[in-house]
Amino acid sequence: MSTHRPHLVLGMPRPGIALRSVKGVVLTLCCLVVLVPFLGVLATSIAPPKQVAAAGGFVLFPKGIDLSSYRAIFAGGVVTRSIVVSVLVTVVGTLVSVTCTALLAYVLARPKVFGYRPLMTTVLVAILFGPGIIPSYLVVKQLGLLDSYWALILPTAVSAFNVIVVRSFFMGIPPELIEAATIDGAGEFQVFRRIVIPLSKASLSVIGLFYAVGYWNAFFTALLYINDNAKWPLQLILRTYVVDQSALTGSALGSVTEAIPPQQSIQMAILVVSIVPILIVYPFLQRHFAKGVLTGAVKG
Amino acid sequence: MALPGVLLLLLFQYLPILGNVIAFQDYEPYLGISGSPWVGFRNFAVIFNGDPAFLHALGNTLAVLLLQVVFVFPAPIALALALNGLVSEKLKRFVQSVLYLPHFLSWVIVVSISQSMLGGSGLLNNWLRSGGHEAVNIIGNASIFKELLTSQVIWKDTGWATILFLAALSQIDASLYEAASVDGASRWSQLWHVTLPGLRAIIILLFILRLGDALTVGFEQIILQQGPVGNQVSDVLDTYVYNNGVLNGNWGRQPPSAW
Repeated sequence: MSTHRPHLVLGMPRPGIALRSVKGVVLTLCCLVVLVPFLGVLATSIAPPKQVAAAGGFVLFPKGIDLSSYRAIFAGGVVTRSIVVSVLVTVVGTLVSVTCTALLAYVLARPKVFGYRPLMTTVLVAILFGPGIIPSYLVVKQLGLLDSYWALILPTAVSAFNVIVVRSFFMGIPPELIEAATIDGAGEFQVFRRIVIPLSKASLSVIGLFYAVGYWNAFFTALLYINDNAKWPLQLILRTYVVDQSALTGSALGSVTEAIPPQQSIQMAILVVSIVPILIVYPFLQRHFAKGVLTGAVKG
Repeated sequence: MALPGVLLLLLFQYLPILGNVIAFQDYEPYLGISGSPWVGFRNFAVIFNGDPAFLHALGNTLAVLLLQVVFVFPAPIALALALNGLVSEKLKRFVQSVLYLPHFLSWVIVVSISQSMLGGSGLLNNWLRSGGHEAVNIIGNASIFKELLTSQVIWKDTGWATILFLAALSQIDASLYEAASVDGASRWSQLWHVTLPGLRAIIILLFILRLGDALTVGFEQIILQQGPVGNQVSDVLDTYVYNNGVLNGNWGRQPPSAW
């Protein structure tokens, strides 16, 4: 976006003081509307139990820091297990996704390959049409994947759109490099592994982040395909204990030795744990996603 | 090399599309697609003869769509205009970072946050009560459910949606503004005659894209919140399919729009 900046300042005439202060107020309000809830969530998760109880549930400014709700959710109960499930599904899923996407994109990046047209059509049509809920459910059921962690990974593993994005990146690799490697006796897989992958680490990691955020946030696949609540990922735990407000008992939390913190604190601690991974990758997401949205949409 | 990727696409994207033939069957899971009897258009008749739940779902979908077109669609345009004139680049980047963030959170997280803030014992009501005011009933209030959905969408995605409009704004030729102000155009007429026409192409494009999936109005968001308000107010086509098909087992009888 940085290349556009000079225009922005030049383009619009400088606003007058009245308009500028109106804008300032509006934007400040917008930022507060986004930030205050996050602050409330974080504050309630770390506030001392007494303060939370006295406030009747939620606080905005904690009087001290008390991590007992975090100890409670990491004590080895259902929440801990769901975090492990979510992390594993995200890691394995991202690996599967990036591998399949890159391989498919590599084949499509070379139009001379046998079967190029039907392959390309298959991918492009998949962008246009999404499958319905019920038929997808039936397919997963027929494959015997219900209540399997693979049901959280395989149905969403390959995004046709991402294949096309990676393909267009691969097409930018000079064909001379690949030719040279072939002449030196490298096979298809060797070219892919030694030439193509090292040259596209950056863009593959962006696509990887794309997928990872998707897996981490995935709620509906889990709702549809996982009935066994011992296999729930974090998003379903959030649904049950935060959105639906089911009480988290001591036994569900695992071996908690101290007094159980207020429910709200535990709920907000779960919420914080589900947001933090997104916050960690957010700077990369913002930079690359914004660029990606723009390359697709605006020319010049 | 392409095999694993193509196989996954065929299995999970193409096979389910073929699976839509069960719309013409009296589908029984234990008989499978090959064994279930064909019933022609009978499933459609059940819908169009006025299954009340289906009509509610259709009506709600259109109502939510209308709210989204009226309030969600213009919001990023207004926000982009507000951001565009900011003199300080640093400030602008900070505001953008804050406002883009909710886009990356899942609906479960967004709904959780909004309940914690606006729910019966949420932050807002705690604050109102401690100030001696009456608590307001926002979450689980059937009469404002659709407005709640709309505000959540605005909270989550408005910031992110400004990206395209900001980019389009930066493409507007600066000399147009100069010419307009030389001709004595006020700021408002500049906005009306220069800025908005400059955005026209992108606005139309995005509007058409939005109408393309007009009947998709927040499945996850609604599934998560329809418990307290009841299905009559909250069911849209997608959730109707899920509640009626997956949970109640009426496999074949799904509206074609939900494919």
